[in-house]
Amino acid sequence: MTVEANNPAISLSSVPERSMLGPVLEWLARRAEPIVISLGAILIGLALFSLFIMAVGKSPAVLFQLMYTGGFGSWFSVQNSLSRSAPLLLTALCVALPARLGLTIIGGEGAVVLGGVAAAAAALPFVGTLPPFLVLILMAAAAMVVGGLWIGFAGFLRHYRGVNETISSLLLAYIAIALMNQFVEGPLRDPASLNKPSTTPLPAEYMLGKIPGMDVHWGLAIGIVACIISWVLIEVTSYGFAARIAGGNVRAAQIQGLPVGRLIVGFTAIAGSFAGLAGMIEVAAVQGSANASLAAGYGYTGILVAFLARHNPLAIIPVAILLGGIDASGGLIQRRMGLPDATVLVLQGTLFVVILFCETFYGRFKIFNPDLWKRPGLFERKA
Amino acid sequence: MMDDTGIGIWGVPLAIFAGAIRVSTPFIFVSLGETITERSGRINLGLEGTLVFGAMTAYAVAVMSGSAWLGVLAAMGTGAVLGLIHGWICKWPKVNDIAIGIAMMQFGLGLAFFLGKPFIKPVAPHLPSIPLGTWSAMPQIQAALNINVLFILGALLAVVLWWAFKNTRIGLVLRVVGDSTDAARAMGINPDRVRLLATAVGGSLAAVGGAYLSLYYPGSWNEGISSGQGLMAVALVIFARWNPIGCFLAALLFGGAGALGPALQSVGVTQGYYLFYAAPYVLTLAILIATSSPTRSLSGAPGALSLTK
Repeated sequence: MTVEANNPAISLSSVPERSMLGPVLEWLARRAEPIVISLGAILIGLALFSLFIMAVGKSPAVLFQLMYTGGFGSWFSVQNSLSRSAPLLLTALCVALPARLGLTIIGGEGAVVLGGVAAAAAALPFVGTLPPFLVLILMAAAAMVVGGLWIGFAGFLRHYRGVNETISSLLLAYIAIALMNQFVEGPLRDPASLNKPSTTPLPAEYMLGKIPGMDVHWGLAIGIVACIISWVLIEVTSYGFAARIAGGNVRAAQIQGLPVGRLIVGFTAIAGSFAGLAGMIEVAAVQGSANASLAAGYGYTGILVAFLARHNPLAIIPVAILLGGIDASGGLIQRRMGLPDATVLVLQGTLFVVILFCETFYGRFKIFNPDLWKRPGLFERKA
Repeated sequence: MMDDTGIGIWGVPLAIFAGAIRVSTPFIFVSLGETITERSGRINLGLEGTLVFGAMTAYAVAVMSGSAWLGVLAAMGTGAVLGLIHGWICKWPKVNDIAIGIAMMQFGLGLAFFLGKPFIKPVAPHLPSIPLGTWSAMPQIQAALNINVLFILGALLAVVLWWAFKNTRIGLVLRVVGDSTDAARAMGINPDRVRLLATAVGGSLAAVGGAYLSLYYPGSWNEGISSGQGLMAVALVIFARWNPIGCFLAALLFGGAGALGPALQSVGVTQGYYLFYAAPYVLTLAILIATSSPTRSLSGAPGALSLTK
């Protein structure tokens, strides 16, 4: 920390002995900004939502109480919330990883849907001949490859053809859903599924089981591990460092000789493979077969989770669980308060808008400026 | 084969024609709205929410007032409000207009489903249509030429906008702001205000597209009313190169592609039925890939648009 070297004016009036408080506050100021602004945004969002609830003649206090009860009030509801958060962890990564490279991918839904179909298709020939463990690994691998190719294609188009990745991934999501319908109603359809066309269901022993001691499937653990791996990838490895540089300034990264194209394709492919894995988990742990329920909007809620977590893979874990809890409480709110199930959607939308709006407050509050706390003599003056 | 229709295989092009007009009308309004917004240099990805909220408002107001046109007006009002919110938030620094669009979409959808719950059952009056096929004795042709009024209004609006972008002062101001924020400021124009109004107008047009869905075809309100018409608007506008006439033609093309599947199914072709739904998306992606380049922005794109940089 050579403040004096940077600022000659200070070096002249030099105050050599600095209190230890300065660096601590400097560190705090740097860390506190995202936390304080995010919490403030959530409070503003909740306040606006409360106004809305009051406007329709209901009590926000009762609603938040129910939301807590339904999401986290008992061991049963906690497990329900955790189960719901599992796909969100993975689809949020599909948004967060490319976002660190400066890309806005919103088509994770496509990778989820095709990952689910690929997993179901990969299991079909081996059910009964291979042990369940191997079949599950094959399913996961197939889902990750397909999901990775799908979103990686959007990254490829971005770098090598200059096609906007937001639009291309969105288009790819629609194409994926059409492909899924085609497969599920055509070549992969189980003739026994009459009302809801599905692939042949997995036998019970081939399903992804529950975490021991909990009524939550292994998808949760897989999602959390994926978040941790992603955090290490971004924050610890040199690839992640290179990706963050490219996300900050592509030109600078290219001048440095960083392989921007390979980084973009690689990161979007990893992101897509996580979303594909979410589809596999949905098939292997929840549905038992691939069908139209795969397009349940996990890809789109994942966008919300990633933005709330500011694209930090570790922050995704609590945010996804929180949103899983809000989602889980929808039924209770509907039954007890007579409010439509879309209440949860209104809350999510309000929070999403307010939190994105609050991005504008970054750098506006002097108190979060680390340089303010760097000034030598700030604490010595009074003494 | 359905020979009892009397026109046999000719039913396919007729069904595509009728389907194109029926399906394309919401596309026309949404894409014209998005064109106005994007020509001002901003992108509103939240038109899906605006469209669905417009569909709900139009239906609810039509049920309560008994007038379908009052419903359309109310939808335009709420669409403009949603556009104003989007535009106001986006004028602040560091706010990402693409992300705000996605958030506004969720907000609009949630609010529409919440407020629209009581209106799923009641029946609203429909918007009128003009029977242009009375010269023919065949009921198929009469049905196909029964053109809804909003389609005609949309076609007129496309021509008017195309003319206005080129020949009016408002059109010029919009294009200056869209091409260069700095040039607009130098001319004494407030870019934020122009974009705010452009987003509001875009929102109100998208809501008309929604009103068409709930008040004409399919003509009812439910949570699955939209099949992504609002999201497709962004792709359509790129496809149409930010040209209102192009939007109209692209909307017809998308409508026709969407009608291809059901039309073929009606004459017994059932293979690959679902793939026809993907046709417009594949088409847009193919055209994007063919015309984009990593070294220059898309031709015809407004210079200040974040999307094409």
